[in-house]
Amino acid sequence: MIRRLILYVFLLAGALFTTLPFVWMATTAFKSLTEAVSPTLVWWPAQWQWYNFVETFQAAPFGRYFFNSFLVGFVVTTGVVLTSLGAAYAFARLDFPGRALLFGIVLATMMIPFEVTLIPNYVLIRNLGWYNTYAALIVPWCASAFSIFLMRQAFMGLPSDYFDAAKVDGCGHLRFLIRIAAPLVKPAMVTVGLFAFLGSYNSLLWPLIVTSEDTMRVVQVGLTVFSGAEGVRLHLLMCASTIVILPTVALYFAAQRYFLESSLGSGIKG
Amino acid sequence: MLTPWIVLDGCVARCDNIFDRLSTRALRDTPIALFLLAPALAILGVFGVAPLFFAVYLSLFGGKYSGGPFVGFGNFLEAFGSDAFWRSFLVTAYYAAGTIPATMAISFTVAYGLFRITRGRGFFRTVYFLPYVTSAVAAAMVWRALLNPQFGVANAILAWAGVSPQQWLLEPRGVLHLITGGRIPAEAGPSLALCCIILFEIWHSSGFMIVVFLAGLTAIPRELEESARIDGAGAFQVIRNVILPLLSPTVFFLAIVSVIKSFQAFNSFYALTGNGRGPVDTTQNVTVYIYSNFYEYQRWGYGAAVATLLCLAIVTLTVLQWRFLGRKVHYE
Repeated sequence: MIRRLILYVFLLAGALFTTLPFVWMATTAFKSLTEAVSPTLVWWPAQWQWYNFVETFQAAPFGRYFFNSFLVGFVVTTGVVLTSLGAAYAFARLDFPGRALLFGIVLATMMIPFEVTLIPNYVLIRNLGWYNTYAALIVPWCASAFSIFLMRQAFMGLPSDYFDAAKVDGCGHLRFLIRIAAPLVKPAMVTVGLFAFLGSYNSLLWPLIVTSEDTMRVVQVGLTVFSGAEGVRLHLLMCASTIVILPTVALYFAAQRYFLESSLGSGIKG
Repeated sequence: MLTPWIVLDGCVARCDNIFDRLSTRALRDTPIALFLLAPALAILGVFGVAPLFFAVYLSLFGGKYSGGPFVGFGNFLEAFGSDAFWRSFLVTAYYAAGTIPATMAISFTVAYGLFRITRGRGFFRTVYFLPYVTSAVAAAMVWRALLNPQFGVANAILAWAGVSPQQWLLEPRGVLHLITGGRIPAEAGPSLALCCIILFEIWHSSGFMIVVFLAGLTAIPRELEESARIDGAGAFQVIRNVILPLLSPTVFFLAIVSVIKSFQAFNSFYALTGNGRGPVDTTQNVTVYIYSNFYEYQRWGYGAAVATLLCLAIVTLTVLQWRFLGRKVHYE
């Protein structure tokens, strides 16, 4: 009994350490400037300054940054789901020469560090005339080896009887993929889509180098620029951080069972 | 209402017919496979594989941008002779050594604690995983404020404990120098600024490891643990001799993934220090070094050479881990 109590105290302390920075961020977003930079720790604002949010959106074009991030994130997510559906189905269900070799090459690309491809890809984007365009932010990320791998695992898990039965009824591969197989691997699709969106929304280095105009900036770049700007006040910075984090936290709570279960390891039971 | 779908379905069926006619006994499903693979392979090929070779090619040229003179291995020789290059690798090494064992130990302890309880496990797991889904940039803004020398919470806590205030992310002096009161020279060991980044990373990425460890723990058959208990093994003996060996594939996977990730770290460095380099360049890791050469000095060839060396370092480390750690992994 005592041991269990100690265990819970320990776990609760860990949870507090994990969440307190977020709590401080969220409450500071509502503080006045004097409270925010007070040398003594203030947890709750004396008066909740809702106007901070208006001021943040006036101080930097966060509306535009959000539009860019959501647009890029949405298209990348759709792209990754579609390309991995097709490629994974081919690797899992179709019979063609060189299949094993090609799949091996796809898996090997996961080992190539992003930094090595950074400069060559920048040169390529420049030569394509894609600098400062959505194409530069979207196209290179519309396929992912890891997603193909995950989706292939899901397709491998489908009984082949389904396909045989469909074939007898005169259904081809394409129709089978769209009408029957894709709906059956929906959990894998959701996982792949979530990771694609998070990866796109949270990325910094790539958008940082392929965009320079304020109108093309995504939220992560916007936030770093905002934090470095002269005279930015801490309460507004925390306000901006809160609104940047909010969509991913909402997405996480809405879909956490997919996040925590499907890809991170089999056999998790809550 | 249904008409468009019926038309669409008809089109799909028509395509299937065409693919069906194209495939022969020798080609098997090749036509439709090509159609389905093309988009993914085109993107992975153009933006994933080809740049690797292009990077090696770029690294052979000197000067600014990509049109400089051919210098052969000149960039590589310059890197080997440069202090900044070796210091950036040292920063990466400190970072890997500071984050990986600590994150693993903490995550395993927490995951084992979660494994032992029944009530509230889902709640704690959700909370612990939270930092991992939030953007490192936004979280770094919060930590920067908490570690601010003038009004940060960190110095408020130190003042309460009776310790003199610190400069945290602005402190270029070594953490060993500060702890020993100056007996160790200020340049030795990681700077306090780097240690702050390490602490941030442990906080930001423990959740991922906790979830993976917990998955591994739940997959261990209960009987093994119980029979060890019946044979009189204590809690620590069970962990050491039963659970850890059975968990070794998980540890192995996490070790490989986190070494690769720590060699590629950029976001937290850049967002916490504002430029990645930190005070007196003491937080300039290899990735930041590549970025500064590329972005601030426009030395593309040199940057590509350093990137190629980083890639080689990662592959070498992964192979070494595979050889030496892989041997100790128990599979059932």
